[in-house]
Parts: sequence; structure tokens; C-alpha cells
Amino acid sequence: MADNMSLNDVNSMYFDVLKEIGNIGAGNATTALAQMLDTKVDMSVPKVSLLEFKDVGEIVGGEEVIMVGILLGVEGDITGSIMFMIEKEGARHLTNKLMMGMGASEPGEDFNEMELSALREVGNIITGAYLNALSGLTNLCIYPSTPDLTVDMAGAILSVPAIQFGIQGDQILLIQNNFFDEVELDGYFILLPDVESYGTILKALGIPIM
Amino acid sequence: MADIVKVGMADLNVCQAPDGITTLGLGSCVGVALREPGKPWGGLAHVMLPDSKAITSSGPINVPKFADTGVEELVNRLVAKGCNKNKLVAKIAGGAQMFAHATSDKMMRVGDRNVEAVKKKLAEYRIPILAEDTGNNYGRTVVFYPETGDFVIRSVGKTDKTI
Repeated sequence: MADNMSLNDVNSMYFDVLKEIGNIGAGNATTALAQMLDTKVDMSVPKVSLLEFKDVGEIVGGEEVIMVGILLGVEGDITGSIMFMIEKEGARHLTNKLMMGMGASEPGEDFNEMELSALREVGNIITGAYLNALSGLTNLCIYPSTPDLTVDMAGAILSVPAIQFGIQGDQILLIQNNFFDEVELDGYFILLPDVESYGTILKALGIPIM
Repeated sequence: MADIVKVGMADLNVCQAPDGITTLGLGSCVGVALREPGKPWGGLAHVMLPDSKAITSSGPINVPKFADTGVEELVNRLVAKGCNKNKLVAKIAGGAQMFAHATSDKMMRVGDRNVEAVKKKLAEYRIPILAEDTGNNYGRTVVFYPETGDFVIRSVGKTDKTI
């Protein structure tokens, strides 16, 4: 495959496939979340967008919104990484439910070690759900590594995937997922295959490579 | 009333005092602020990657995205506003490592490499770096005031600092 392929060149079929992965992945993630929280969880239809770097901050509600970013490496037939982002107070709602209100920090406070570990688990489950969707569609073996977590400004967290996309082009591909139980949780999901792995994914999907 | 000009990710711009110029949520990217003391103009670049020559994409490059081309463009923009290239001074911030483990070789120490690349380019122009707040593992919002040269840095859970 061409080494100089950028996301800008990726054809609309790939985009459609990512939407489908977003749909199936979000469905899987919703089921997993519902089981974890032992409650009914609904989701909206995921939105897949290809964004200019300068517009990314706005989409997630502003560069300075404090969010939880969970990053996992991906290994197997493809390499790269996968990131899940959720707004901080939404994340707090999740940990509160998971821990049944025990040992929880107050709104506005920093997360404690237990909450961080609960969030890593949430990240594992949600990204695992997406990776299963990708794996199911492509028949590729894909394994996530242990999750890495940070709580910071959205812009700063997004700089990590943006830089990786920046090596190949000037846009970033973002899947937006809203979950609802009693409250609405805005989740964002970014799949970052290494340049070499785009070809593998496209080939596995039977999409001709330009 | 002074305005604050906003610079997005992989972008740059200049402003005239008393206005300030800002970029929000720098992570591994680096904010490069330049001015000539005594002149009303100042500029800010939000660079994402170290080197425009090391990328795989074909076609025209996004100039502000890279340390080498971004710094060059910012210098040119200030010179076009009447600044003297030999009297410019710099302040820089950003270049954090947001996650403890890099997930690929290309992402290894990208914050550090961005800082190094910016410093190298500034050294080529012999532009002194008067102050910096770089590295570590947290995001930064910066505001630059060309009138005073103040570079205000805001981070989550920390008090603002001016360098």
C-alpha cells in the first residue's frame, strides 16, 4: 500500500465502516455499561466526524472543559491506540454508581485512587466493546494494552491523538457517543491505527486501496 | 477595551497591544510567543509536531503545524508588521507528556521533541528564550501580552503563573 496515504484520502467506504464500528461498538459498550451499573442505559446514534484540528475543541464543548482521557495501546494484527474521553462530572457519576456511593469524592474534587481505578475499568470495557466491533467486522486479532488515564483540559488530552493524526494529515476522526441512564454522558471515542495498519484494516474489509 | 485573539491547534496569529493572544489547552503541543520589546506587535504559534520534513503526507503542508515552519512563519509575520528580526525575544510553554506510556514509537517523547525543535529553530534565528514552562504531564492554557511580554499560564488545579 501507499505509505503516503493520509486520512484525507481515505475513501467514503472506510468512513461508512467506521460509522458501523461506531454503531456496533456503542451498542456493545451500552450493554456492557448497563451490566456493570446494573441499570438500564440508553444511547443515541453515534456521530462520526472528520474534523479540522482547530474545530475539535469546540465539538467536545471547549478546549478547557475538564475531561477524563483513557488511552490504550492496540496490538495484534494491527497496531495503534484507542482513546475514550468523558467529561469529568459525567465520569464522577459513573464511578459513584459503580462504587455505590462509597468512598466517593465530592463534585469538583480530584478523583481518589479507587475512583481512578474504577474509571480505568470503565475505559477498558468501553474501548473493549469498540475493539470487538472492529475485530468482528475485520476478522483481525486486536488486543488492547493496559489503560493509561489522565484528567485534564480537553484540548491537552486531544493533543495526543491530534498529533498522531497530524503525522498523516490535517484532520482528526472523532466518534461521539451519548449514553443516558439518569443523566446524559457525553463520551468521545478515537481510533488511532498506525499508518501501516490502515492498509491492513482496509484490506480485511475488502476495500480497494487507492 | 483590549481583546484577546484566539489561536487554535496547529495555527498561529499576531496581535497588537493592548490586545493579548491566547491558545487553550496545550498538551504535548508547544506555544511559542514572540515579540520585539518596545513594539506593539506580538505573535503566538501552537505547534504540534517537530519537523515538517519528517511527515509522510504529500501535498501542501500546514505551515503552523510544525516547529520549523511555524516559527519561521511567525517571524515573517512579525517582520511584516515592522518588527526587527534581530530584536525578537521568545517565551515558550507546553510540550507535556499527557499519558505515562507512549503507545507508539512515533509518540515517544513527542512533547520533549516539540520543545527541542522549537528551541533549535529559535537558535537558528538567534532569538533568545527569556522564559519557558515546558514538560511535565499536564495541560496549559497560555495568554501572551505583547505590551509587557507577560506570558500567563493556567493549568487545572494550579494557581496561574506569569513568566
